[in-house]
Amino acid sequence: MNESQRVLSTVLRPRADHDRREKIIRAVLLLFSAVSIFTTLGIIAVLLQETILFFREVSIVEFFTETRWTPLFASKKFGVLPLVNGTVLVAAGAMFIALPLGLLAAIYLSEYASDRARKLLKPALEVLAGVPTVVYGYFALTFVTPLLQKIWPQTQAFNALSASIVMGFMILPLVASLSEDAMSAVPQSLRQAAYALGATRLEVTLRTVVPAALSGISAAFILAISRAIGETMIVAIAAGQQPKLTLNPLQSIETMTAYIVQVSLGDTPQQSIAYKTIFAVGMLLFVMTLVMNLISNWMTRRYREVYE
Amino acid sequence: MNGLFANENGRFSPRLSLRLRYGRLFQLLSLAAVTLGLIVLSVLILDIILDGYKWLRPEFFSQFPSRFPEKSGLRSALQGSLWMISLTALMAFPIGVGAAIYLEEYASDNWLTRFIEINIANLAGVPSIIYGLLGLGLFVRGLELGRSVLAGSMTMALLVLPILIVSGREAIRAVPQSLRHASLALGATKWQTIQNHVLPYAMPGILTGTILAMSRAIGETAPLITIGALTYIRFDLKGPLDLFTVLPIQIFNWVSLPKAEFQQLAAAGIIVLLAVLLSLNALAIVLRNKLQIRW
Amino acid sequence: MLQNHEIALSVNNLNVYYGGFHALEDISLEIPARQITAIIGPSGCGKSTFLRCFNRMNDLVPSARVQGQVLFYGQNIYDPKINPVEVRRHIGMVFQKPNPFPKSIYENVAYGARINGYKGDMDELVERSLRAAALWDEVKDNLKKSALALSGGQQQRLCIARAIAVEPQVILMDEPASALDPIATLKIEELMQELKKDYTIVIVTHNMQQAARASDYTAMMMLSKEGSRAGTVIEYDRTDAIFTRPKDKRTEDYVTGRFG
Repeated sequence: MNESQRVLSTVLRPRADHDRREKIIRAVLLLFSAVSIFTTLGIIAVLLQETILFFREVSIVEFFTETRWTPLFASKKFGVLPLVNGTVLVAAGAMFIALPLGLLAAIYLSEYASDRARKLLKPALEVLAGVPTVVYGYFALTFVTPLLQKIWPQTQAFNALSASIVMGFMILPLVASLSEDAMSAVPQSLRQAAYALGATRLEVTLRTVVPAALSGISAAFILAISRAIGETMIVAIAAGQQPKLTLNPLQSIETMTAYIVQVSLGDTPQQSIAYKTIFAVGMLLFVMTLVMNLISNWMTRRYREVYE
Repeated sequence: MNGLFANENGRFSPRLSLRLRYGRLFQLLSLAAVTLGLIVLSVLILDIILDGYKWLRPEFFSQFPSRFPEKSGLRSALQGSLWMISLTALMAFPIGVGAAIYLEEYASDNWLTRFIEINIANLAGVPSIIYGLLGLGLFVRGLELGRSVLAGSMTMALLVLPILIVSGREAIRAVPQSLRHASLALGATKWQTIQNHVLPYAMPGILTGTILAMSRAIGETAPLITIGALTYIRFDLKGPLDLFTVLPIQIFNWVSLPKAEFQQLAAAGIIVLLAVLLSLNALAIVLRNKLQIRW
Repeated sequence: MLQNHEIALSVNNLNVYYGGFHALEDISLEIPARQITAIIGPSGCGKSTFLRCFNRMNDLVPSARVQGQVLFYGQNIYDPKINPVEVRRHIGMVFQKPNPFPKSIYENVAYGARINGYKGDMDELVERSLRAAALWDEVKDNLKKSALALSGGQQQRLCIARAIAVEPQVILMDEPASALDPIATLKIEELMQELKKDYTIVIVTHNMQQAARASDYTAMMMLSKEGSRAGTVIEYDRTDAIFTRPKDKRTEDYVTGRFG
């Protein structure tokens, strides 16, 4: 080894160290990214494990066809339908508020508001989405329910309607924000084409912008439904703990999420069947929301492909 | 309005004034939707302040919860929230930022990257109570951490991770490519470039996202109830393996008690919770503005 | 120079401002009916802005302010009594890039007629408009197909058909062929010669040959003076006159290629 080679090798040696360090760093960062995969796997494994144990004791047919849900009573019945009924009833009511109002708000923000008004109104509306759900639960129970009882005296102290109304306003900003994103992605040239044909602003909005943004708006709607189904604290506080098959929103019901809270609050031993029920109910909830989220993501990607 | 133009040919009936009236009506309707949302927000805040302000005394912050409303306070809830948020940040921040760096700076466009991205997108939509079941099965039972503040924080860290990663990626994506090239051209390695140039530039954005993620964690209730955080704790929190409660759980507990005074206590607790969230958001805004000044 | 023609549009002392920026300065000219008038000039001199004054598209820009008059068969379209929506039905527009709606070919053509309460047979109107835009034979079997599946040239002719379907008197064209290949461009130019039998056409172009080939009259636009950013019309005449014996030195420099 001559002099210059020796110099060169000392210069290059740190590079080899660098290379090894770079590789380690890259591997660690990849591991951090993979936490999301482990989380998904963890959710599925935990839910599956207890759900399988549950279905060793309860037939899957009973779970989906029995119309009573009484796992905490002496005479146990394991029909999940009343919980699904409660969940769907509250979510449907919430959508009755969140979808039309959210879409209208999005239309206002995207098509009517001046830049300055939009910069002021959009964050103000998003404050609604940042309020913790336990606060909405309090509001539903202590403000909205007494109001409903003044209008319909037969309203029960815990009822689906007040939870629906409050949840609707909680989800409104989500619908508004995502729908507005979709409408803003509609190229300006389409609006100009419609204006040049003598369309009014309303016609440009309803006949050109909204149809062109439809897949993005649908994605927002589906995500909103998924959010409503998974929402917990509002229903746990205001909607009650009585699983029943009813379409009357003035009655006390129980949702899937509220049931999980109810069991979690009690002292339920790990080996008991009641403990396993919350994982079975959780599994059903997870599958329902996962399917909707996947559809929503797919639709969002589709509208991005069209215009970007 | 027809006929102003002499050459209207009669094959159309544009009925413009009617259409314009519909337009004005619709504009009012859509403005009403925005306004209604803001009215509900104002009523909610006003209602809570009126219900709870009388209970905001110094003792309210220093007392443990009690069977007697006037002896009840937020002491254990505040300690629990502080512990929980510190531990959550400690775990979620490095993992979230690391994942964001990997996905923006290292990941090539292959099936693994796409799979990770789909996972993150879907995890963001998983109901928070499902994270609670995960924490119950994995941390409380599996790792035998019990109903400790550590188990709660680990659960919460997984819950806020998607938010952190998404905001972190946005901040890193905003770093100009020229900065990376300048550093690489001087012979810096990829990691040196990230460490010395990309991260400092992106840090205000990353911190803003972290604060927003933490404010989500502070308000979350359901997953902590599921892992079994208690509502009635009359001792000081000393270590990560202690039993704990947090602000929203204490509020939930008071809401569910029938006595009217406890409902007012709940309202007072909500005022404190909202004040904490408001301060955090203000901090995020300050950070974001600082970012604009610096660069 | 226009004594043999009916006047479709007449512009009097037109000025346009965007906020504090003076975009068009003091333009006055008359557009003959059922002729093709070209607006030429270097980029950034306000050709498109000027064109958009004829159907009040500038009203959609919040900061835009228009002073002066544009008379459409004697009626000032900037009269406060007139709603821009009404103006645009009578004065149609074709844009630089084809911008069909993401709907079927049929629905694209029917759109304007529907919103304007067309009382006749819609199928017949769609066919007539597509024929007039020389597109019918290419699409008659696929009317339900998405307009986005057409080629660029076909899309632009669809946009012309869409404009024709509301039976305007004037069609404004903002560089309608700039995004198209030479063959599609030729088709659009041939089509314009057909359309001028029934419609007044105003076209913005920065293609000198196109203006010379296709138009009857030409307005030459420039920045009004050195250092100013406001555009104005410096010369307006029969197209052959503009190209063979321009009166303004700047026009001569521009049409002979010695400028910009």
